[in-house]
Amino acid sequence: MLEVDISGKVGALEFQAQFESEGGVTSLFGQSGAGKTTLTNMIAGLVKPDRGRIALDGTVLFDAAKGINLPVQRRCIGHVFQDARLFPHLSVKSNLTYARWAGGRSGNRDFGEVVELLGLSTLLGRKPETLSGGEKQRVAIGRALLSDPHLLIMDEPLASLDQARRNDILPYLDRLCVDAGIPILYVSHSIEEVARLSSTLVILSEGRTPAYGPVAEMLTRTDLGRATGRHEAGALVHGNVTDIDANWGLTFVDIGGAVLQIPDLPAKAGDTVRLRIRARDVALAVEPPKGLSIRNAFQARITSISEESGPYAEILCALEDQTIRARITRASVADLELFTGKEVTVLVKSVAIDRRQRNLV
Amino acid sequence: MDFFNLQPDEWQALTLTLRVAAAALLVTLPLAILVAYILARYRFPGHGFVNALVHLPLVLPPVVTGYVLLLTFGRKGPIGVFLDNLFGISFAFNWTGAALAASVMSFPLIVRPIRLSFEAVDPKLEDAARSLGAHRFVGFLTVTLPLALPGILGGAILGFAKAMGEFGATITFVSNIPGETRTLALALYTATQTPSGDLAAFRLTLIAVVVAFAALIASELLARRLRTRLGGGNA
Repeated sequence: MLEVDISGKVGALEFQAQFESEGGVTSLFGQSGAGKTTLTNMIAGLVKPDRGRIALDGTVLFDAAKGINLPVQRRCIGHVFQDARLFPHLSVKSNLTYARWAGGRSGNRDFGEVVELLGLSTLLGRKPETLSGGEKQRVAIGRALLSDPHLLIMDEPLASLDQARRNDILPYLDRLCVDAGIPILYVSHSIEEVARLSSTLVILSEGRTPAYGPVAEMLTRTDLGRATGRHEAGALVHGNVTDIDANWGLTFVDIGGAVLQIPDLPAKAGDTVRLRIRARDVALAVEPPKGLSIRNAFQARITSISEESGPYAEILCALEDQTIRARITRASVADLELFTGKEVTVLVKSVAIDRRQRNLV
Repeated sequence: MDFFNLQPDEWQALTLTLRVAAAALLVTLPLAILVAYILARYRFPGHGFVNALVHLPLVLPPVVTGYVLLLTFGRKGPIGVFLDNLFGISFAFNWTGAALAASVMSFPLIVRPIRLSFEAVDPKLEDAARSLGAHRFVGFLTVTLPLALPGILGGAILGFAKAMGEFGATITFVSNIPGETRTLALALYTATQTPSGDLAAFRLTLIAVVVAFAALIASELLARRLRTRLGGGNA
């Protein structure tokens, strides 16, 4: 368990960060300049906070009151930096084993397993400068893993990559998050990555942590618009793949109370999948509409309407135990006479569902 | 064939020069690496002063440096007396004095390229090394030092060359004694001051040129091997 409660001034930013995470993948989410890298550097020991306490699995890493400040090399935190930071004069293999021959780490983790997990076997003899951006990041992740860390920090590992490279590396991250067996602190400003990979979400905004909690719950909070950015707002839903219609290229996903039809989902019948439905791709109707191209329509009950965002209103709808988030204009809320508790028909454009979703294990 | 055989005094001057320069480099290089690293990585009060102090022998007339050495490390100089009483070490009028003069004079030339190459190594790589469990010093030895090797080699060559050719500070500090302090440069100077010394001066000049060439070629070969080892692309 990671416990962070620190404050202090770094540059022009006044820090006041407090969160806990139980394990699994914790995402540290915030916009550029929110202080994400500074906060991870504090946890890693590269930057010293003025006040507060950081503990990992009961070991105190930093405690200003008690004068404890473990040096970086003794914190046992693997750090994957935005810019990979491979040692340019060493081969990929020597980079991977650096923690063992220079860091004095015992090497409990199997070298071959990590190489296999990240697809590195063909890269071992090469020098970092001959690698692509995505390959560099995979090596950096492997190198951090092989230092037997108690926590793996990944500071926007995809930020310096183009979309094609990101798509190359995301499947590896999916596997890593499930298979690594250690807690991961994943830093990102992309809500898509966060929704895809994490179990806990910590929001960071201007050096402060206004909220943290389970990712599905956090994504349906409408009071965090400024911190998360309105444009990307959306809800996570879980579902089971019940059927696949190869003829029309549709996958049927039962999300409890409704069955969604999703084109080309890379999943097979019986899989549990996690889908992100963006608020702007959801429409509401007060009675079941006819003659629409939208295939996903189901009944749900409005649980919350918040209208603080200019012309728009954020609506949360409950569907059994899941929540769907919709963004419509305030004018529509007035015209349709929507109120909390009202039964409405939720319309989701089927094409709007992210097709690259990982299986939950 | 006599022309190609070194006279005993020439041989003496050559070996003495190499001994002085090698000793100077051996003493100076580790210290220069330390000072260069501190100047490159740390900002502290007095940073500018240390930097100026290191570069002082470069801008002072060598005779001044030699005279200062004589005043401090000479028979009657405070450090000279101290070292003589305590360890029986004396720099006065022997080859170790020549080596000391060469060290001081070559120091700024060694520090400069090493400092530049340390500055070119991303300090974030040291953070990465530490995050992998390496102590700061181990990180320096395994990451920063190897990456700065071309600069260290460059500094060493420059320092060695300067030490071999040092004249002003040496002759002021430890005089011009055959077999003790008369290096190639001093021997050449002596020859030019001797009537009918033209041939001797010419021969010494040839020796100096040959030695310099050999050193340059050797360092070029070494640098090429280093570049290949450090990272394929620009080799």
